[in-house]
Amino acid sequence: MPESLQEFPVIWFQGAGCSGCSVSLLNTTFPSVASVLLEQLLPGKHINLRFHPTIMAASGEPAISAIRVVKDEFADNFILVLEGALQEKVYCSIGESDGREIYLSEEFKDVAERALAIIAFGTCAAFGGIPSSAPNLTKSHGVGEFLKTNNIKKPYINIPGCPPHPDWFVGTVASVLIYGLPKPESLDEVGRPKRFYGKLIHDNCPRRAYFDTGRFAKRFGDEGCLLELGCKGPQTYADCPLRLWNGGTNWCVGAGAPCIGCVEPEFPNRNSPFYEKLQEKRFSEFSIKTK
Amino acid sequence: MAKLIIDPVTRIEGHLKIEALIDKGKIKEAKSSGTMFRGFEVFLKGRDPRDAQQITQRVCGVCPISHGTASTHCLDSAFNIAGKIPKNGRILRNLILGTEYIHSHILHFYHLAALDFVDVAAAAEYDGMDVALQTVRDFISAGALQPFTPRYEGDYRLSKEQNLSAISSYVEALRIRRIAHEMTAIFAGKAPHACLVPGGVATQITEDKIAAFLWRLNECRKFIENYYLPDVVMIAEAYPDYQLVGRGCGNYLSYGVFELTDGDTDLANRPKLLKSGTTSRKLEYKPLDLSRIAEDLHSSWLDGEMHHPSNGMTVPNPNKEKAYSWLKSPRYENQPYEVGPLARFMVAYAGGDETVRSTLDAYAEELGITITDLPSVIGRHLTRAIETQLVANAMSEWVLQLEVGAPTATEFTIPESSEGVGITEAARGALGHWIRIKDKKIENYQLVVPTTWNAGPTDEKGKPGPIEHALIGTRIKDEENPFEVVRIVRSFDPCLACAVHIVDARGNTKQTFKVL
Repeated sequence: MPESLQEFPVIWFQGAGCSGCSVSLLNTTFPSVASVLLEQLLPGKHINLRFHPTIMAASGEPAISAIRVVKDEFADNFILVLEGALQEKVYCSIGESDGREIYLSEEFKDVAERALAIIAFGTCAAFGGIPSSAPNLTKSHGVGEFLKTNNIKKPYINIPGCPPHPDWFVGTVASVLIYGLPKPESLDEVGRPKRFYGKLIHDNCPRRAYFDTGRFAKRFGDEGCLLELGCKGPQTYADCPLRLWNGGTNWCVGAGAPCIGCVEPEFPNRNSPFYEKLQEKRFSEFSIKTK
Repeated sequence: MAKLIIDPVTRIEGHLKIEALIDKGKIKEAKSSGTMFRGFEVFLKGRDPRDAQQITQRVCGVCPISHGTASTHCLDSAFNIAGKIPKNGRILRNLILGTEYIHSHILHFYHLAALDFVDVAAAAEYDGMDVALQTVRDFISAGALQPFTPRYEGDYRLSKEQNLSAISSYVEALRIRRIAHEMTAIFAGKAPHACLVPGGVATQITEDKIAAFLWRLNECRKFIENYYLPDVVMIAEAYPDYQLVGRGCGNYLSYGVFELTDGDTDLANRPKLLKSGTTSRKLEYKPLDLSRIAEDLHSSWLDGEMHHPSNGMTVPNPNKEKAYSWLKSPRYENQPYEVGPLARFMVAYAGGDETVRSTLDAYAEELGITITDLPSVIGRHLTRAIETQLVANAMSEWVLQLEVGAPTATEFTIPESSEGVGITEAARGALGHWIRIKDKKIENYQLVVPTTWNAGPTDEKGKPGPIEHALIGTRIKDEENPFEVVRIVRSFDPCLACAVHIVDARGNTKQTFKVL
């Protein structure tokens, strides 16, 4: 490796989530996840995953010490990734040190203050997502709200999706490594990179011609636009129909299933029931525009 | 007595703490506890029932398809269409669930469990031509060893060549697991969190999809046969004492999985690739009776009596005396039962499944063990690997039974009020969903998941849960590096996101919850 090799230590916390975002990242095709972890993501730049509960070898005290090392030795020079939502502190403990419980919300605050930047990976981390569903008794919320509440001024990028596409993560990180932190105009009003979340699914859907000609699927398995089966494509901003999932294999609408709008702050509350047709009023409100 | 606390237990899904009291080098008492809570059963209430299979998939990012499968079965039953799923729909559901078995089992063995047995540092001196090993070598020589260090040190027993071959498999397994998820996407849109619906499957079947699926499957099958199974046998032979460690509670339960017939509404005992039932180490087979399940709350921070999950209600009491876990303790005929691949194979073996018998007998002979000795750390890894092959082989036949052009789903309407149950086997064990619908909305939704069966706390009669049982009596050689504990716990493939969602913390959120 070149002498100028730049290390980017990463602390990856898991809050109120399901590990699905990590599993989705494992699905990255080019680069493969082995390349992301072991090789230079870009020439001279290496992502160094210091703490990740699902992947790391260490358990118990040695795992917790890995967080401490990064905080102390790489202050203002490491990236903090959150997967899963933040909650009222008692609902999530990530370990124990010297007989003391380490609550995620406390540890996250401390680590966030010393991080270079924060990536909220997945809808839970970005906006609260699934665990914030009504009545939200665990008070689940996303990174943006947390930073605001705790008056922490750190740059953060939201990469929502349930789960998010691995390209959205790798592409965002690559952009940061090449050009530095994103300029405000490259993010939309909810903190997502416009590169990936700039266009309406409905505008790029291969079934769009069915919509334009009024041919609608009435039940699962039918040809036609999936609007009447509840498709949220007309109010969801993501590049799924162009990028496709799992190495370009398919996507939800490609499998005959309506988009459930999993990248939006409304997921899964305001945009459900998932299989009820969007109300016309809201439909026209969201239709044919780009962010 | 020394108290050993491992928190967090990493390389599992979710947030787990293990506490063990060690007396004269042996574990005397063990407690397993989940440390994160979301509350799925609370926020499912009042929702459109059709949303349940999307919401419950988000219980777990490793086994979403299993939850989606249990939930769609549950909705089929509540919508009264369980006997009307078209043949294509049944086969597609089996194929989609099968892809999750391949992904989950391979992920579990290589990426979650193997680092307890394989020494990655062995790649440092590699001088051969294997590109994966060269990459790992270069990575190590650059001095940046995370996430492979820090780790427990000492008990790595493979030879240099064996370590190298296992490391090479670890890297290849990342690719194979990814291919398994591509297979999920072919028929279910994307993975994780796929597109499943009540009534069947939403996709249309085309010849190119069948071919794309089959050829990915063939790559997975080659890996399973040439790498996964030999690697598990290699570890079994290098760590023979682990064929005796981690016995567990001695009772085994399976709901059965992969339906083989159409039009059958007997979820519990219809013909399946791996049959339902219960057994013990004595290998006496008994058919499954879902009415014998009840959940004990003795050591849980929950008030109330033992109930069948169809009337399961949960009232948290974080100050309850002697309680130490958020998890309930499911019991079958008042006994703890282990679930997962080992349990499925013990049940199938006891139930006279010829394929399972001949396969297991051959491996037992090779390793010099008997079937009654199978319950162990090694036995769990071994049955998981054998099962991966069995399922993948069956899938290669099923995919060719799909009929292009024939329907994949049946129509349904949401009833005003109804009840339903859906059962399946997740990769890590028996999974059941129970629903009650009122005014076309979810009135109650209960999940009994594999990790509550395996990781649940001690019950009223003083019987520990299967993981606790497997830990008790284990000799710990080095308390600074307690390999035995993490190897036993990981052999169960625990999924704490599954287990901890269970708690229904209705009521006062201002209470101070003592999360152990």
